[in-house]
Amino acid sequence: MKPGELSVGDTLPERELVCDNVQLFFYNAALWNAHRIHYDLPYATDVEGYPGLVVAGPLMGDWIAQVVDEWIEGENAELVRFEYSNRQAAYTGDKLTTGGEIAAIDGNDVTVDLYVKNADGEVITPGKAVVRIN
Amino acid sequence: MSVLTPELLTNIGKEAEPKTEVVTRRDIRKYSIATGQTLKRYLDGDEAPPLYHVALFWDVVEMDELSPDGVSIDRLLPKFPLERAMAGGLDIEYHGKIKAGDVLTANRTLTDIYEKEGRSGPLIFYEVVMEVTREDGSIAVREKTTRILR
Repeated sequence: MKPGELSVGDTLPERELVCDNVQLFFYNAALWNAHRIHYDLPYATDVEGYPGLVVAGPLMGDWIAQVVDEWIEGENAELVRFEYSNRQAAYTGDKLTTGGEIAAIDGNDVTVDLYVKNADGEVITPGKAVVRIN
Repeated sequence: MSVLTPELLTNIGKEAEPKTEVVTRRDIRKYSIATGQTLKRYLDGDEAPPLYHVALFWDVVEMDELSPDGVSIDRLLPKFPLERAMAGGLDIEYHGKIKAGDVLTANRTLTDIYEKEGRSGPLIFYEVVMEVTREDGSIAVREKTTRILR
């Protein structure tokens, strides 16, 4: 990977993801996170007013880290910075899409804008990564 | 009128007890499977994916330490006058890879509390910085969490 071979606007491969109960259970178990909105459907809907079980925010953060991580796999580049924010909730069974595009190239540092989009195409978890080409 | 009292603001700079954890292949494997990783070195547990430290340093609390909604109470935080959590996010700097067998220590500091006027009333923002260091004291990960309460 060379900075001169990349252009602002180049896109990273998209991936479709659907979080089911099993994945959400495994994820929260790996963290030791007992927040009821992730596994107690009557609580999530009746008490908190959500339409379903809420996909954990940092799980979606991880998904967009995977977009950039897989893009640089096997290349002479490393992830030096990553950020995301959870703007809107997603629920188990939702069809989500992750992807990204090059936003800036500054010397050997490449900034990539990342996203999780919902089925309506809205960005529910935006993120940004800086990759350094060595 | 501000919802943040001077007393509340004295919590800025407060530090949590450092926590030291051993990175195990088994825990990396569980995390990698749960997050749907595709790279073999993560699924094999040799190396940790970029957000693995989030799981490694999630508080292991006892069941009676959970609030009724199942959330563990973060003792680093004061009691805020607004309690409904809105969007949150992380900003992370990386300094090398995390691998099975690493011994890592996390130091968390409440670095900022501030207020903004939202469309439907005041919002409280707070920031917590977690520095993860290696056994030789060098930094592995520096993470800033920002959370919004309404």
